[in-house]
Amino acid sequence: MRALAVLVALVLTLVTLPGCGEPPRGVVIWHPYRGGEQKALEQLAARFEAERHVPVTILAIPYEAYLSKLEAAIPRGNGPDLFLGPHNRLGEYLLHGLVAPAGDAFPEADVAIYEPQTVAAVTTEGQRWAVPLASKCIALYVNTDLVATPPRTLGEIAAKKASLPKGTWPLVYEAQSVYFHAAILHAYGGTLFANETFAMVGPAAERSLDEARELTKQGIVPQEPSGDLVRQLFASGSAATAISGPWLAGDLENGRVHYEVVPLPTIEGAGAMRPYLTVEGAFLTREGAEQPEARAFARMLGTEAAARERAETGQQVVATRSFWTTEASRAPALKILRAFHEASNDAIPMPVSFAMNPVWVPAEDALKKVIRGEETAKVALDEAKAFYVDVMRPPPPSPSPAPLIIVLGLVLLAGAYYALRRARAPGFRRELRASKPAYKYVVHSVLTILVLVVFPLLAGAATSFFAGTRDHPQFVGLSNYWEILSVRGKPFTEYLSHGSFYLTLLVTVLWTVVNVVAHVGLGLVLGIMLARPFLRLRAFYRVLLILPWAVPSYVTALAWKGMFHRQFGAVNAILVALGAEPVSWFAKFSTAFTANVATNVWLGFPFMMVVVMGALTSIPKDVLEAAEVDGATRWQTFRLVTLPLLRPTLLPAVVLGSVWTFNMFNVVYLVSGGEPNGKTDILVSEAYRWAFARNAQFGYAAAYAVIIFGLLALMTRVLGTIGKGEEAKPS
Amino acid sequence: MSADLAQNDRASPLERMAVNAILVIAVIYALYPVLWVISLAFSKGGTPELRALPIPRYRDLSLDNFRLVTGWGDPARSWLFVRQLGNSLIVSLATAAGAILIATPTAYALARHEFVGKSAGLRTLLLTQMFPGVASAVPLYLILDALHLLDTRTGLVLVYAATAVPFAIFQLRGAFLAIPVDLEEAAMVDGATRTQAFLKVALPAARPAIAVTALFAFMSAWNEFILAATLLGRESAFTLPVVLQSYVGEYNTSWGAFAAGAILVSVPVMALFYVAQRQLVSGLTSGGVKG
Repeated sequence: MRALAVLVALVLTLVTLPGCGEPPRGVVIWHPYRGGEQKALEQLAARFEAERHVPVTILAIPYEAYLSKLEAAIPRGNGPDLFLGPHNRLGEYLLHGLVAPAGDAFPEADVAIYEPQTVAAVTTEGQRWAVPLASKCIALYVNTDLVATPPRTLGEIAAKKASLPKGTWPLVYEAQSVYFHAAILHAYGGTLFANETFAMVGPAAERSLDEARELTKQGIVPQEPSGDLVRQLFASGSAATAISGPWLAGDLENGRVHYEVVPLPTIEGAGAMRPYLTVEGAFLTREGAEQPEARAFARMLGTEAAARERAETGQQVVATRSFWTTEASRAPALKILRAFHEASNDAIPMPVSFAMNPVWVPAEDALKKVIRGEETAKVALDEAKAFYVDVMRPPPPSPSPAPLIIVLGLVLLAGAYYALRRARAPGFRRELRASKPAYKYVVHSVLTILVLVVFPLLAGAATSFFAGTRDHPQFVGLSNYWEILSVRGKPFTEYLSHGSFYLTLLVTVLWTVVNVVAHVGLGLVLGIMLARPFLRLRAFYRVLLILPWAVPSYVTALAWKGMFHRQFGAVNAILVALGAEPVSWFAKFSTAFTANVATNVWLGFPFMMVVVMGALTSIPKDVLEAAEVDGATRWQTFRLVTLPLLRPTLLPAVVLGSVWTFNMFNVVYLVSGGEPNGKTDILVSEAYRWAFARNAQFGYAAAYAVIIFGLLALMTRVLGTIGKGEEAKPS
Repeated sequence: MSADLAQNDRASPLERMAVNAILVIAVIYALYPVLWVISLAFSKGGTPELRALPIPRYRDLSLDNFRLVTGWGDPARSWLFVRQLGNSLIVSLATAAGAILIATPTAYALARHEFVGKSAGLRTLLLTQMFPGVASAVPLYLILDALHLLDTRTGLVLVYAATAVPFAIFQLRGAFLAIPVDLEEAAMVDGATRTQAFLKVALPAARPAIAVTALFAFMSAWNEFILAATLLGRESAFTLPVVLQSYVGEYNTSWGAFAAGAILVSVPVMALFYVAQRQLVSGLTSGGVKG
C-alpha cells in the first residue's frame, strides 16, 4: 500500500511539473545528423549566435522518426525554420507542403558557388528549394596492401580472385541493394526511373542484372552482402576492394587497413559505373522563409568558411565548389573526401519525383530473384514493372458517397435499435441506478481511452475512405476495401497467388498460431519450473530469462538477423559443425518464416513467463496439497487444478498476445524484411508498405487496418465462444 | 509462500537435474543474442562481426562506446545523458503509476460489479487492441496539440498510460476474479464499506498482479521512441530510446554505440525486475486466504 501511495505522489508531482514552455524563438534547426556532422553544425550555429546575437536552437532527431516528425509538426506550425535532409525527398516535402523556395538564402548570384550537379539536384519546377550542403555517393575503396595499383575495370578486379589469399574477396558491395546496383545499371546505359515511371526494363537492365548475378556466382562478391558485412570484410582485410560511401571511412579509422578511394571502375564492353548522387540540403519551411535570420543562417552554411568546417569536422563532401581549390582541402586528412568529391562529379543526381519512391522494392525483389537464379532477368524485371504500375494505378473517380452512407447508416441504426431496446427493457432504470456506484470506478478510464485510444483509431479508420496522400485526399468510398478483398481485380484463380490478400492472411494466421503456442508453452514450462522451491539459483534464472524482454528489440532483432546469415551466421556455423549443409535462410519461405518465428518466440516468451509467474502466486497452496492428499498424479494436478486456476489471469494475456502477434510488424520487418519477395510479410507489414513504401497511400493502409481489425474481432469472438464452451464442461 | 507445487519438496535428484538442465538451455537461448550485443558494446569501433562465438577479441576490448554514449569527459554531454536517463525514468515510472491508477478501480468494478454497459465496455476494450496503429502518431499529435500538452512529459505519459490501460485492466480484472470473493464479503459483514473492502482487502491480495502489470506498463514506455521523438521537441526533454535510436543513420549505424546504449538501457529494467520478483513470489500469504 505504501508503494502505491508513493506512486500516486510521483504522478501528482509529475503532472504539476512546469511544462517545457515555449522554446526561445530565433532560428530553429532540425537535423538527423550525429557524430562529426552534428558537431560541425553546432559549432557553426554557435558562431552565428555570437556574431548575430540571434539564438539558434538545434535538435537532432533519429532518422527513423525524422520524416514522421516533420510531417506532423510543420503543417501545424510547430516545425523548425530550417531542416536538413537529402534532396531526393524533395518530392515528398513538396507534396506535404513542408518546404518553401530558398529565396535569398540561395540567390541567383550564389549558383556559381556550388557544384553544378548539386544545384541541379535541389532545383525543380524552376525553383531552388535548398542550399546544397554536401554530396553523398559511392566509390571504390582499394586495399593497397592487397592491390598495388587501383583497378580500372571490373574485369581487373575479378581477375584478382586467383591471386588473392583464400578467404579474401576481390570485391564486396551490397549487391542486393538497388542503390548500389544502380551504378552497374548506369554503366550499361540503363536507368531506374524515367518519364515518371519504373524504367528498369529492356536489354540494358537485363544485362546489368546478369552482371550482378555473375559476380556472386563466380565468387567475386560474397553472398547476401549486407552493409555491415561489407564493413566487416573490408575492415578486417578480407576484401581487396569495396564499393561504399564516405561512411565506411569512419569505420576504418583504427588504421589496420591501408586503403585509398578511387572512382568506380568501368565495365568492359559497357561503360563507366556511375553511382547515384544524393545531395544533403538545408531546406526552409514556410516560417523559416519569412524569417531573414533563418535565411541568413542557411546561406551561411554554404559559404566557403562553413564548408571548411563541415569538411574538416563533419567529414562532409561539401558542395561548395571553391573549397576544393583551397589549400585546406589538400590536407592529408581530407584525402578520402577529395576522392569522393572527384567520384561525385560523375554521379547521377537521384530523381526528385515523388513517384520514384515505390520503385525501390520491386526493383530490389527482381535483383534478388536474378542473383538467386530463380528467374531470368527479363521475367523478373517485367514482373517488377507490372507490380509498380499496379501499385501506382490512379484512384478511381470519386464515386457517389451513397453506398458508404447507407452502410454506415445501417450500422448506426442497428446500434440505436439495440440501445433503444435495451433502454425500453423492464427494470432498466433500476439497473442503471444500481450501476451508479460502479460508474465511479470506471469513468476516468472511459474518458482516457476514448480521447487517447479510440479517437485516434476512428480518425485512422476514417481515412480508409480516401485515396492519395494525407494532404491531398480524394474520396473513394469503399473502393480501397474492394481493391484489397478482390486482390486488385485479379481473376478468382489467382486469389491465392503470391502477394494476394488471402495468401498473406493465411501466412498471418500461421504466424500467430505458431508464435502464441510457443510463447504460452515456453512461458508455462519455465514459469512453473521457476516456482519449484528446490531451485537454488531461482533469482538468477529469473533475471537472465527476462533479458530478451529487457534489451531494446531493435538491436536484438538485428542480432538474430545476423545469426541467420548464409555465410557468416552463427546458426549455419552450428549446422556445419554438426555436419549439415548451410542454409540460405532468407531464400525460401519456410526457412525465412522459421527465422522470424525463432526471433519472435525469443522476444515474447519472457512476457508469458512473467504472466505465469504472477498468476501462479494466486493459487492457494492448500488447494494443491488437497489434490495431493486425494492421490492426484502431478499431471492430473496440473491439468485439473493448476491450469483451471491459472485461466482467469492467463486468458487475457493469451487473447491479447494473439492480437499483438497478429500485428507484430517489427520482427518481420527487421529480420526477414518480407523476404523472399514479400512471401513472409504478414497483413500489417503489407499495410505498412502501402503507407510508407508505396507513395504514402495512407487510405489504402487504413483499409488494411480496418480489415485486420474486423478479422481479429471475429477471431476473438470465436475464441471466446470456444472458451465459454470449455468452461461449461464439468471440471 | 507461492504456489510451489506441494510435491516439489521431495523432488528426486534426477528431476532436479532435468529442471536445471532445461533452465540452463533456456538461459542459453535467452542469452546468446544478448552476448552478441554485449560483445559489440565492448569492442573498439563496434563493427558487428558475424561470428559463431560472440566474444570480443582481447585486442578489441574497449569502453569507447560507453564513453561515447554517456558523453564521458564532456560535462555538458554527460549532464545531458543524466537528464535523459532521468526523463526516461520519470516517464516510465509515471506511466506505470498512471496506468495502475487508472486501471485498478476499473478492473475491480469489472470483476465485482454488475452494471449497464459492462460487457460492451469489455468488448470495446478488447477491440482497441486490434486496430494496428499504422499511422496513429499524427492523430495523437493533433490531440496533444489541442490539449496544449505537446512537448511536455505529462502529455507523453498520458499517451503511454492510455495505451497501456486496456491490457492493464484485463490483467487486473483477471487477478481480481481469481481472488475469492469471501474475503471482501467477510470484511463488509464486519462493517467495511465497498470502497474499504476494495482498498484494504482486494488491493493487497492483488499485489503480485499489480506488480506484473506495472512492469508491463513500465516496459512499454521504457523502449518507445517514435512517439517520444514526435511528441517531444527539445533534446533535454528526450528519453533515452530516442537518443539511442539516433545512432541509427540512413546509410550506416554506429552499432557499437547503439549496443552500449542498449545495455545501459536494460540495466535499470533488470534491477527493477530483480526487486519486483519478490512481489511476484510473496503471493497470498499476507492475504490469508483459505480455500
